[in-house]
Amino acid sequence: MDASVLTISRIGPFRSSATTFGVLVGSGFRRYSTYRQATIAGSFTNIVFGFLRCSVLLALAAGVAGQRPAGYDPEQLATYVWVGQGLLAVIGIWGWTELAERIRSGDIAADLLRPVSPVTSYLAADLGRALHAMLTRFGPPLVAGAIFFPLHLPTRWQTVPLFLLSVILAVVICFGCRYVVNATAYWLQDARGPITLWTLGSGVLGGLYFPLRLLPDWFTITLWLGTPLPSLLQAPLDVIAERDGPALQAGLVVVQAYWAVVVLAVAAFVQRRAERKLVVQGG
Amino acid sequence: MGDLLAYRALFGAQARSVLMYRTSFLVELLGNMGATVFDVITVVVLFRAAPQVGGFTLAEAVLTVGLSSAGFALADMLVGNVDRLKVYVRAGALDAVLVRPLPALPQLLLMDLPLRKALRVVFGFVVLGGALAINDIDWTPARIALVAVTPLAAAAFFGSIFVISASMAFWWVESGEIGAAFTYGGRDFTSYPITVYGPWFRGLFAYTLGFAFVAYQPALALLGRTDPLGLPAVAGYLSPLVALPAVIIAAGVWRTGIRHYRSTGS
Repeated sequence: MDASVLTISRIGPFRSSATTFGVLVGSGFRRYSTYRQATIAGSFTNIVFGFLRCSVLLALAAGVAGQRPAGYDPEQLATYVWVGQGLLAVIGIWGWTELAERIRSGDIAADLLRPVSPVTSYLAADLGRALHAMLTRFGPPLVAGAIFFPLHLPTRWQTVPLFLLSVILAVVICFGCRYVVNATAYWLQDARGPITLWTLGSGVLGGLYFPLRLLPDWFTITLWLGTPLPSLLQAPLDVIAERDGPALQAGLVVVQAYWAVVVLAVAAFVQRRAERKLVVQGG
Repeated sequence: MGDLLAYRALFGAQARSVLMYRTSFLVELLGNMGATVFDVITVVVLFRAAPQVGGFTLAEAVLTVGLSSAGFALADMLVGNVDRLKVYVRAGALDAVLVRPLPALPQLLLMDLPLRKALRVVFGFVVLGGALAINDIDWTPARIALVAVTPLAAAAFFGSIFVISASMAFWWVESGEIGAAFTYGGRDFTSYPITVYGPWFRGLFAYTLGFAFVAYQPALALLGRTDPLGLPAVAGYLSPLVALPAVIIAAGVWRTGIRHYRSTGS
């Protein structure tokens, strides 16, 4: 006689959670594809800021002996700026307050009832968001940059695959950081303060405003190894600009992988601690 | 008088609501100052890397960033929150504002006056003061008047840009970040001497839109330098004349927008 246990579906637990994850990624993607006008508006703004930043860095290069500030030649600087403007929306440093809002309003209770942990389900939705941004927001600034400035094109075969891996890791790291920042609302109720600090710190120390290599070496290295921030933008941008030799170029991605693991672990830990003390507010 | 009391009540309610979460407010106060601090650090880091950028030394560049950030921080605190207009339009909250017997713009601003941005204004003026101290300025009555007027004119100019950008929400609710290109973009543009920009980009932002007169031209006049781009010395004193039409245009756009506004009716 067949003594198998009754199962609801014939797919194993791994297949089923992978399917769930995929569905969540898809829903994150679709959610952003409805804001078409916002996509155009955002690209326009990224392009204006690209002109600003690129002009300033090229003027800097013209003022430095040898025209290579922090080891970037002018074409590498232009690539750094324009790929950075394309990546901004993909990495999604700013503007995510969804979790904090749900904690503040008490809606988080509904998320906790679901069989998938909030860290996993928000990560899936964020990957969907990033994929949508990669398809719509990455290209326009890059095209504008290529039209108006000479860009550095990758010369090594491994650069593009490394860059893509680096972007995926940056998205995961950025998600983890934002999750932890938002999760401070479990303790503070209103997470606007930490979110402001994050917005400021991540832009400057992530390498958006200027390449961090312009700072003293000891400071840059401390930032790379001591914080996840340079892994957000500086890492993928250094990879695509081919600022370093092949070994260091790959090394930057290894550092990112390390930070992705650490940051996700911290997010999961914070979530578990919060659930133990959570008092859901009414309303 | 009655109007004033009403505005005071709006402001009082807002002040009490932010002070409810005291720790959070303190962090925000410091965080917001950080925004301006990082802008200044960025300029310092870049100008430290080369003896001159765009023909300006570090000390001279700090003067442009000081003028720009003092004016911008003032405008951002007083008027910057008008960019929440799109939220009000979408949520229908603007209706509540329009039915009250007070002008809509001051109400909107007082409903959400960002007290957390106060330290930013202080810091902006500290940078300006520092810049005036480290540069060798030959003080004349005209230059003293210029220092007093420039940040105010800059604030009026940035304030107008804020209002115009936000008014887009009357026609185009999903205008998203487009206004930021001109508000925060304008701030970044004016933080550097405009000699660093390429010709047509400079022509557009600096002269067509008028951003050159926020900080660059006044800084040249204060330093007693001739404009490498060829404008006469009097250009340094034109910022109030550039701010005035900006304010008039902004008021016009705002009024047209309000008349154009159709409630969602929910």
